[in-house]
Amino acid sequence: MKRDPGLYDYLPYGKRPRIEWPNGARVAFWVAPNIEFYELEPPKNPSRTSWARPVPDVLNYAYRDYGNRAGFWRMAEAMDRCGMRGSVSLNVAVCDHHPEVIEACVKRGWELYSHGTYNTRYTFNMSEEQERALIQDSIDTIRKHSGQKLDGWLAPALTYTDRTLDLVAEMGLTYVCDLFHDDQPGPVKVRTGRLVSIPYSLEMNDAISLSVNLVTPRHYGEIIKRQFDRLYAEGAESGTVMCIPLHPYLIGQPYRLKAFEEALGYITGHDKVWLATGREIAKHFADNYYDAFARASQPVHDL
Amino acid sequence: MISDDYLKYPKRRRGMDHERYDWSILPRREPIKWPGGARLALWVTVSLQWFPLDMKGQPFKPLGALQTAYPDLRHYTLRDYGNRVGIFRVIKALERHGIRASAPTNAAVAVRYPSLLEDLTSLNWEIVAHGLDMDHLHYEGMADERSLVTKSLEKLPKVRGWLSPAKSESKQTLDLLAEAGIEYVCDWVNDDMPYEMRAGGRTLWAMPHSGDIDDAQIMIGNRHNEDEWRDQMIDQFELLYDESTVQGGRMMSLSLHPWVIGQPYRIGSLEEVLSRIMRQPGVWPATGAEILDAFKAQRTAQGTSRA
Repeated sequence: MKRDPGLYDYLPYGKRPRIEWPNGARVAFWVAPNIEFYELEPPKNPSRTSWARPVPDVLNYAYRDYGNRAGFWRMAEAMDRCGMRGSVSLNVAVCDHHPEVIEACVKRGWELYSHGTYNTRYTFNMSEEQERALIQDSIDTIRKHSGQKLDGWLAPALTYTDRTLDLVAEMGLTYVCDLFHDDQPGPVKVRTGRLVSIPYSLEMNDAISLSVNLVTPRHYGEIIKRQFDRLYAEGAESGTVMCIPLHPYLIGQPYRLKAFEEALGYITGHDKVWLATGREIAKHFADNYYDAFARASQPVHDL
Repeated sequence: MISDDYLKYPKRRRGMDHERYDWSILPRREPIKWPGGARLALWVTVSLQWFPLDMKGQPFKPLGALQTAYPDLRHYTLRDYGNRVGIFRVIKALERHGIRASAPTNAAVAVRYPSLLEDLTSLNWEIVAHGLDMDHLHYEGMADERSLVTKSLEKLPKVRGWLSPAKSESKQTLDLLAEAGIEYVCDWVNDDMPYEMRAGGRTLWAMPHSGDIDDAQIMIGNRHNEDEWRDQMIDQFELLYDESTVQGGRMMSLSLHPWVIGQPYRIGSLEEVLSRIMRQPGVWPATGAEILDAFKAQRTAQGTSRA
């Protein structure tokens, strides 16, 4: 095991090449709904159990199923009302189980990127060959169901091997959402190719905020606005990124949606916000700042 | 290393990865019309629970379980408070608006406090089965589940609905419930409306008894205060009520536990929630069985048995 993931060098905030987003925007804002399928009886991975309760965990299974049956549709309409496109962090098996959900995303011009096959199949303990097969499945399935080239990766249930990001880059993806070290994009040090890390926030993630930190729905709306206000102010110096990762089974609950929609409308109602997708942010950074950021980075030496 | 089977997906297909129910999209269903043209059916459930002093917590401790070393008098009595005191505050709050609730009732409560059961029956509340007690969960691999179901039902008057303690089930629970004559089950939290399940060779209805909109989950599980609980109930109501204008009748589950909401400092929040909801036109407070009957009659009239 490594002591340092070796994926990025040190580059202090505020001492970097200045990022300019299109049309003078201060914040590149994106919303990442995690559209997921959790299996009722998943196979075992030695490093992680799937369900909090013994299988069948009908409470937690049904809670997640709510997202596809009910929550997604409400969430998507709220995003429509705010003029916000989604960048879907997709368990690609949803394409097979619930093609209507995928059609609804594609029809809206949303981006699909990969969050693995199922949220109950973990990357832990996979061989290189197995992990390549997992990534290829996502490339093929997303192409088949949407015509889109797969550009982004968020590891299924945030599970990895030491090779994950190397393989993602080698197989032609352009960005990852798995690193939480920054509020701006940055280069990822991989074996071959160019891979951009773009900020995907766990702090703004409804699953963390609502289910782990147990904040109330109305306060969740409040912290989204606070996060935005600060990044918008700082973005006058150099462009920042704000992401709201969502889970339809959580944010699509009737008692949570209104406060979220109000916060989303607050953000999209600002002038200098670039309402973007993950792919668009990654491309703008890769085309304009990747090399300058890589050059400015300071190599890190371990003890 | 893991086997290559880990990347095989035998149930990757259209619909669900099991046969219990069909895939169905809530906003694409035929709209429902409630009796009297109501926009929203309000389903209040008041769970009557008993947590034994020698609680084992198998295979897990449900929310509200005893916590300290034996004897945990503190949590035992705090839970039993609901059956002695809290329930009567809840009854009063509901009566003010003419609301009759469904009461998921542990068989142990029915046996221990028969007068409470008589009180609820005389108020025309619906009794719903709620297992034996809060230390007899249903789970895969348990011994003799069939006799646990029988034992839980024989202590109650004839019931139509079932809520498993902690919403925990084995793979067979639904089949056993259907065989025992249960008509609807309250464990699955994947929908906002009733839907059909397959169990024991017939149809068992899933009723949308919320896991989220629940006083114990919000105030004990999430540690939100009673004002925050009230706000969440009102936000839930307003969205569902608004949705009913475009999507047809909706229902709202309001799940209460007298040991939580029945405390003197919390009961006022319930009163505020009920006043807020009941002053809106088109709210139909009803028991689970009444809501299900209205729903089934509509479905039959529409000629679509499977939503």
